Amino acid sequence: MTTTTIAPEPASPAGHQQEAAHRRTRAVPSPIPFGRIAGIELRKMFDTRSGFWLMASLVVLSLAASAATIIFVDADNLDYEGFASAWGIPMSVILPMIAVLAVTSEWSARSALTTFTLVPGRGSVIAAKAVVTALVGVAAIVVAALVGALGYLGVATVMDLDPVWNLSFAELARVTLASEIGMFMGFMLGMLFRSSPAAIVAYFVYALVLPTVSSALASTNTWWAENATWFDLNWATMNLYSEMTDKAWAQLGVASLIWLVVPMLVGLRLVLKSEVK
Amino acid sequence: MIQIDALSKRYGGFTAVDNVTFNAEPGRVTGFLGPNGAGKSTTMRILVGLTDPSSGSAHLLGRHFSQLPNPGLEVGVLLDASAQHGGRTGREILTLAARTMGLPKTRVAETLERVSLTEEEAGRRVRNYSLGMRQRLGIATALIGDPEVLILDEPANGLDPAGIRWMRDLLRGFADDGGTVLLSSHLLHEIEVIADDIVVIGNGRIVAQGTKQELLAGGGTYARTSDLTALGRALQRAGHTAEITSEGAVLSNAELAAVGQIAFDAGLALTELRAADGAGLEEMFLQLTASTQRDHLESPEGLDSSKGKAA
Repeated sequence: MTTTTIAPEPASPAGHQQEAAHRRTRAVPSPIPFGRIAGIELRKMFDTRSGFWLMASLVVLSLAASAATIIFVDADNLDYEGFASAWGIPMSVILPMIAVLAVTSEWSARSALTTFTLVPGRGSVIAAKAVVTALVGVAAIVVAALVGALGYLGVATVMDLDPVWNLSFAELARVTLASEIGMFMGFMLGMLFRSSPAAIVAYFVYALVLPTVSSALASTNTWWAENATWFDLNWATMNLYSEMTDKAWAQLGVASLIWLVVPMLVGLRLVLKSEVK
Repeated sequence: MIQIDALSKRYGGFTAVDNVTFNAEPGRVTGFLGPNGAGKSTTMRILVGLTDPSSGSAHLLGRHFSQLPNPGLEVGVLLDASAQHGGRTGREILTLAARTMGLPKTRVAETLERVSLTEEEAGRRVRNYSLGMRQRLGIATALIGDPEVLILDEPANGLDPAGIRWMRDLLRGFADDGGTVLLSSHLLHEIEVIADDIVVIGNGRIVAQGTKQELLAGGGTYARTSDLTALGRALQRAGHTAEITSEGAVLSNAELAAVGQIAFDAGLALTELRAADGAGLEEMFLQLTASTQRDHLESPEGLDSSKGKAA
């Protein structure tokens, strides 16, 4: 049994009245700035256990990939580009997952109930998530390039090689774009499904199953073999890792429109209009 | 101040909320009472803009929720204490809310203390929280912006009796400071303990609303005897109402003394005779939750036809 002590009477009952009046007359707060929402969304990407381990696995896998490059690639062929692409493989898998979870965790964990009652403009929250996702994609490439450079320099010194710096800024920018396309495919699927397992499975169908199907189709159908790059975003994106012609850019644009932009608009509408339960 | 005006929500052919109108006034705790699935949560979700209504409107402080520039500072909301990412710590969840509202860091510790979550508990991941702890964290999230309005869906779920008393005191203090509180529950007892005004909803419709005193008073008289039907018929012949309750008693609008006299005249020995405070509300609520479990005594004829069931 618990008892509550009776609080002494307030010295002046009028004080209570003033307090009540104060509540009624307070100023209207100013709107939440977008930068603050973006900061919150960035923090939410990495403050959970899954977010932390995604980041940790990105680092661990990248280091493992670098080690594998050093062990398995001939010392003569060990150039900076090879080093950088070793980092690229784990990133191309994990960065889209970060993008998927940035969206879907709100629905899968139902924290959207809190998020959208603190910021009723769902468009602002989604825009903040998109901006932060894009920045994380760029930051990951920049960090990978820098750490890769240091690692390569170290290896080159130890092995007494002449470092070959054969990765131009333009190439790096194109690799970044390819990586961003992967991330925003994840982001789009997250908005479309609003469920972590469904969106992750859909991403791997897109990234692993569809290219196989497309190749199979191309081997039997000559029209598809010649024109698939217009309609297959995986193929159109692959061009970013080599040389880009005007035609390749146009193909990338058309394929992105079909696979990324249109479904993104559908997903956006679903996110903005659907009931949050 | 919460104003809900002719609010309806239909899902295909199913009407979840049907023309609901009520106000929650500043300085008072308004209890939103109804069985599970009655439309309480849907109404509250519409109120905070998470669900679009089919028709009608809901306003907070004279505005639609989406027009609040920084809602956390004006309206504290707790819709589902379990709807949090289990991988975050309690302190992290509260920190995110505080930062969204632009509040100083010190408010997090202050609010944790206000809802009696310890430092150690705040550092745990929410996945490992009991429902009661989640409720306290949810209430902390609602309170941290020092809002004028609180909207709490089933906040007493999972709280122990001491926790319910704590929440009653907290909401009482909030309302006494001029704040508006709307809280829902499917338990009559919780609402009786906490609320000043009560809105009862069933199957999407409001079935009763008023102050707690209004709804709990005027329950009439409760009487028990061996032959309930005979007593009921005798009361109705004397011009009073009489119903046989699910608990095996007669509920009448007659005065205590009148019921005693009528029973005496009819030669019936009463085993219980008392004023039925709150019985009306309780019966109405039972009817909402299980409408088949009650027999009606509408008229002497009706009595005859229901005799088999009543006996």
